[in-house]
Amino acid sequence: MQKVCPMLLGLAMAAGPFHAAQAADLEVTHWWTAGAEAAAIRVIAEAFEKTGHNWIDGAIAGAGGVARPLISSRITGGDPMGATQFTHSNAMNELIEAGYIRDVTALADAGGWREVIFPPSLLDSCTSESKLYCVPSNIHSQQWLWLNTSVFLDNGLAVPTNWPEFVAAAPKLRELGIVPLAQGRQAWQQQVTFNVLMVGLGGPETYLRVYRDHDAEFAAGPEVAEVFAAAVHARDMMVGSNVQEWNLAARMVTDGAAAGQIMGDWVQGEFEQAGKVIGTDIACLPGLGVHEYITATGDAFFFPVSSDAGTVEAQDALANVLLSPEVQVEFNRAKGALPVRSDVDISGVSPCMKRGLEILSSGNVIESVNTLVSPDTLGRVTDLVVEFFSDTSFTPEEAQEEFAKIIATAD
Amino acid sequence: MAHTVRPSRLLKNLNAKIAAVPMMLTAVVVFFGFTLWTVIFSFTNSRMLPRSEWVGFEQYERLWSTRRWLVSIENLAIYGFLMLVLSLVLGFLLAALLDQRIRFEDGFRTIFLYPYAVSFIVTGLVWQWLLDPEYGLQKAVRSLGFTSFTLDPLYDPNLVIYGVLIAGLWHGSGLVMCLMLAGLRGIDEDVWKASRVDGIPAWKTYLFIVIPMMRPVLVTTLVLVTAGIIKLYDLIIAQTGGGPGIASEVPAKFVFDAMFVSQNLAQGFAASTMMLVAVIFVIIPWAYLEFGGKKNG
Repeated sequence: MQKVCPMLLGLAMAAGPFHAAQAADLEVTHWWTAGAEAAAIRVIAEAFEKTGHNWIDGAIAGAGGVARPLISSRITGGDPMGATQFTHSNAMNELIEAGYIRDVTALADAGGWREVIFPPSLLDSCTSESKLYCVPSNIHSQQWLWLNTSVFLDNGLAVPTNWPEFVAAAPKLRELGIVPLAQGRQAWQQQVTFNVLMVGLGGPETYLRVYRDHDAEFAAGPEVAEVFAAAVHARDMMVGSNVQEWNLAARMVTDGAAAGQIMGDWVQGEFEQAGKVIGTDIACLPGLGVHEYITATGDAFFFPVSSDAGTVEAQDALANVLLSPEVQVEFNRAKGALPVRSDVDISGVSPCMKRGLEILSSGNVIESVNTLVSPDTLGRVTDLVVEFFSDTSFTPEEAQEEFAKIIATAD
Repeated sequence: MAHTVRPSRLLKNLNAKIAAVPMMLTAVVVFFGFTLWTVIFSFTNSRMLPRSEWVGFEQYERLWSTRRWLVSIENLAIYGFLMLVLSLVLGFLLAALLDQRIRFEDGFRTIFLYPYAVSFIVTGLVWQWLLDPEYGLQKAVRSLGFTSFTLDPLYDPNLVIYGVLIAGLWHGSGLVMCLMLAGLRGIDEDVWKASRVDGIPAWKTYLFIVIPMMRPVLVTTLVLVTAGIIKLYDLIIAQTGGGPGIASEVPAKFVFDAMFVSQNLAQGFAASTMMLVAVIFVIIPWAYLEFGGKKNG
């Protein structure tokens, strides 16, 4: 709490002066602070202000890892914000069960959300006892390998079309002084990289047997051993990438200091801001080019229960703004994400996003690890992966043994 | 005179007692009450919100098989032991040197105490930059011509805790020095005169006469330094963030992450209970020596 309180105080003070205004104020917390993300949230903020309410920006720097605990302790601590961005996850379920989050079923029925939102799983994941508790804003998938094509072509190398080819090209990239794999050192990014290897190389069966069925024996077996062997490759390939933030890792790729990066599709916004064309300058390999399965979870907005009529009205307005076709198109174009409505114009999206949509419609969709296991289990996996990726003396066999132990008590 | 009714002991200094009630309530309710609550709930399976489903020692079994916790404990042990010894030795040496009636004593005292006025967050950032191989000391020494000089403890999992220790010492030694100096100044001048008459060398006088006489100051310093060690958190956050990997994790950070990131309150409670137990293990023998000894003597 020591850390949280001063930050909350800061937020409260920043929000202070705006309270004097007359229309309803709605404090919206989110962790969209990187360049493209900040541009995207401004789209929502501007559309919301047109409804006559005041948007009070509660941006929290430091990505989900920092923001999630901050947001949930503010809600449980009795100082809820007006609305908050959050990812679909078990972390939110506990708040919903405890009755902290507003039920928006009535709004959904009035707006006919069930007919327009695609894929419908976006709504299912925040439905509890047939009541809806969130407004999805965009779809993201994590299972992508991004490659700077000019790094390969300028050095006489073919652009890899899958993970094994990329691994094979790594020694030559090293000779040229290029870091093969850019990797931000924050814990959540290393967890993403590991679980993308799990889906992409192990395939959906491996991934689901581990995370959905909690099959500890399987987690100790040969299929998962292959994933750990690949993680050793990844560990060697990311030596020399000492940046912390994911957007700085993306900059290594656009600068040509690194060849590729494993990251969710939100990274496209950063590539585009650096003047790269997705699809030609930057190649994308969904599922690492091996098993083309992606997660279709995304961000959503949640509304903490409020007794203030003005706040409730502003919440309604924000919910409708989020799903309006214009905001969906503009917001998601800026953010590099897919819109949650199937009936809007997507001609502006990148070739990689079209590829993502094809995968979605073909049904190669898997559940995100955030909804399969509790934040507690994910935290333990993350600790293990972080240690494994930073300590080269940590053998894959040892790590797999630890991993199996975690899966045995996973929930 | 013999017939005057003695006021009841309870009513003696009544005003002072009434004034002390709020603080006593705070101590009992906040410190003991919430500590007890934390210990009790460490035996449940509480996740984001506390709930009372008892699971016995499960949280503790899991805690002690968690690598990150073991690394945290090891780091705290290394940091704690070295910090205690080195800050006391350094602080005492600095104080003894300042006590030689040197010129500009005030100036030196200010310089040495100054880091203590800087927060741990700033200390951590400053030392993160100083120890950064690209910008800090390594670069500076290399640009002087020593091209093979290496000093990058923060990027080496085996050395990172010593990098944190350097920052901790820089921050804390000045305070120890000031306390020690006050202690030294409290020693009667006659003690020194007597030892000079007897022809005892200065170092022997310090070691066998002065230091034993400074016991109260030493105890105060010890308590202050130890408290600083146990709560080590912000320095780590600012300087290393627990990295590289999990190499500089500490128990206080483990507790925070378990409670608010992993949303596993009970696991965080179990870890903080273990921290409390560790403190009790240190305090009980000390209290026994300090208070029990006097009664017997």
